Amino acid sequence: MQSVKLAASALAIAAVSASAAAARDNVQVAGSSTVLPYASIVAEAFGENFDFPTPVVESGGSSAGLKRFCEGVGENTIDIANASRAIREKEIKACADAGVTDIIEVRIGYDGIVFASQKTGPEFTAFEPADIYNALAAEVLVDGEMTANPYTTWAEFNGDLPDVEIAAFIPGTKHGTREVFEEKVLLQGCEDTGAMEAMMAGGMSEDDAEGACMAVRTDGKSVDIDGDYTETLARIDSNPNGIGVFGLAFYENNTDKLKVATMGGVQPTTESIAAGEYPVSRPLFFYIKKAHIGVIPGLKEYAEFFVADEIAGPDGPLANYGLVSDPELAETQSKVADEEVMGSNM
Amino acid sequence: MTDATSQGAARPRTSLTAADKRTQRRNAAEKRFRLYGLAAIGAGMFFLVVLLSSIIGNGIGAFQQTFIEVPVYLDPAKLDKNGNRDPAEMAKVSTFGYNPLIQDSLYQLVQDKGIATEYEDGGDMKALISASAAAQLRDRVLANPDLVGETVEFEILAASRVDGYLKDRVTRDSITEDKNIDAGHLDLVDALLEDGTVHKSFNLAFITGSDASESRPEQAGLGVSMLGSLFMMLVVLFLALPIGVAASIYLEEFAPQNKFTDFIEVNISNLAAVPSIVFGILGLAAFIQFAHLPQSAPLVGGLTLTLMTLPTIVISTRASLKAVPPSIRDAALGVGASKMQSVFHHVLPLAMPGILTGTIIGLAQALGETAPLLLIGMVGYIATNYPDGIISGFMSPNSAMPAQIYEWAKRADPAYYERAWGGIIILLVFLLVMNVIAIVLRRKFERRW
Repeated sequence: MQSVKLAASALAIAAVSASAAAARDNVQVAGSSTVLPYASIVAEAFGENFDFPTPVVESGGSSAGLKRFCEGVGENTIDIANASRAIREKEIKACADAGVTDIIEVRIGYDGIVFASQKTGPEFTAFEPADIYNALAAEVLVDGEMTANPYTTWAEFNGDLPDVEIAAFIPGTKHGTREVFEEKVLLQGCEDTGAMEAMMAGGMSEDDAEGACMAVRTDGKSVDIDGDYTETLARIDSNPNGIGVFGLAFYENNTDKLKVATMGGVQPTTESIAAGEYPVSRPLFFYIKKAHIGVIPGLKEYAEFFVADEIAGPDGPLANYGLVSDPELAETQSKVADEEVMGSNM
Repeated sequence: MTDATSQGAARPRTSLTAADKRTQRRNAAEKRFRLYGLAAIGAGMFFLVVLLSSIIGNGIGAFQQTFIEVPVYLDPAKLDKNGNRDPAEMAKVSTFGYNPLIQDSLYQLVQDKGIATEYEDGGDMKALISASAAAQLRDRVLANPDLVGETVEFEILAASRVDGYLKDRVTRDSITEDKNIDAGHLDLVDALLEDGTVHKSFNLAFITGSDASESRPEQAGLGVSMLGSLFMMLVVLFLALPIGVAASIYLEEFAPQNKFTDFIEVNISNLAAVPSIVFGILGLAAFIQFAHLPQSAPLVGGLTLTLMTLPTIVISTRASLKAVPPSIRDAALGVGASKMQSVFHHVLPLAMPGILTGTIIGLAQALGETAPLLLIGMVGYIATNYPDGIISGFMSPNSAMPAQIYEWAKRADPAYYERAWGGIIILLVFLLVMNVIAIVLRRKFERRW
């Protein structure tokens, strides 16, 4: 009997405290693991400088974050979704269906995607998109014909590259990074090698050809990494011939283990990305639910603090960590200050 | 027939002192089997030693941290322009306003000590100082505004690269392409190390502190997530123990033997083998999406882990109830006790050591569990604020020890790697203590019949 009473009272306590929690006083953020380091740096500084509690930042990937963002409006949904890509039409619609209509889009800066290998490994120092395409695509152009990718070493299609087994570790499909990798590297390489043209000449529509360009070989030479960059780093560490895809910030924190390759002849640095010379970069975003501003204390202050010059500017802690700051930051700041929602100026 | 055999093949002569071929073979087989067993134990011990030495070797560094002692001049012109010494007014100066003060003070210190350096102003000292120093200074000043205008001795954290240099994680070779620190900075560290301005000491903040962002691993600690784990374990203990014990007593002592109870029994055994991530999905659906409990709260984590721990407790409780001999029950019933009295006065006290042991093992299992917490939002940059009280301990967002370790292990800065191993040491100590308690309880109170 005693134990039944105990259980009952424990449940009662749980119920009481559940209703007490109705007033959430901290900002909740979830989404891209690429944005997570930046968001946590901002959240920490925010907690130090304001009287609001430190926001909670979770990761899980851009798509997962936006999915949770679009679950609805209310205190048990997140306030901000971090994303390493722009929100998709489909997601805006899903949001609208759940009642999340006014979304503020904030671009915080740019991030470079780099190709790196073991510091003491073979000389992978310069890549072109075409090299990556030839190494990793499911079908490539050989002697004017599209065939299933026959290459097993890098030197087979480009004599300048080391004669070692192809082994690449690329981000899995739930990562926003994958999309950029497909569009800016694989698709570009597909066009450069003439494979795209060949496919369209073979009677494929443009969309189908693009899809075929972005298909990655499945014979084990290319490995999808669903975890974080640390997992990619561990794979590279144990495989001297491995090539991994990393964020610029991650590479800059691990320069003692990794060496980076140029892409299209350009060295990836914050400067070359800011200047638009390095081809593989993408904007980073976060999305705010306007309905939560004024309800969740500190939400707007957090957003304004995030894009403030002293944080996201070229000399701020984010740039220091590896973010390429946005030249149009002032515009973003006024957008946040005015709570300008998406679609209002189109 | 018998004659034929005894004559045809003569029975081999056997001796009592010398073993024949067959006995030798059997003896050899036994010896080999013993060796296999020894080899298995040896392999196990070998892996244990490798595991423990790699954990301790990698993680012990996290318990030491590098500090810099620097006198900082708290410039009134920067911190309190109006001169009112009003904390509310001074709070407008953010941590970014404090950074130059520390950097300039450190530069001044280097100059005063006459250390030759290629650097020309305080800004170049940034690489040595942890980003947490400004917040430390600001908190101190806001708590005591009268300090403004004075020169105050501060013990600030050194940046993670400097800390790594003292721990041999960062070398002059490894920083050639590192834009966070230069060889000149390391020369400075060497010089400051000699006169004791830079020193390494025990890092209590690692055990008591809160999580820190990616830019300052030197500040990160496990304290807040330890509290998160504690609150979760309280929930698990106060829910799983009574529910589990009640369920097992009913099933073992009162329930009739029929298809239905068999069905329940099979399901309990199955539940004990269900992967823990499944309980995470269940917790997300039931507690967060349906019951609207807050995300990332230790209460939800505890409820989810309760579901996971229940089968373990039920199974071990039933086993220890079964181990109480029927004669005890018969004797109690024989002197006129009711069924319930016989259970609560006689069977349960005798089964208690077994139940407690099972519960502690279940708790230890729950303490080390990460997978379900992934789904209910307890992994991330979360464990940053100490809870304000008991209620907020259960309700406000927090992480748990294993989740925090997992989070550290995937961060970019290599300094977090060391902290992840250090966290594992602390977690192992907790698990060890819990298991020792379980063994002591069993040794002390268990009765054999």
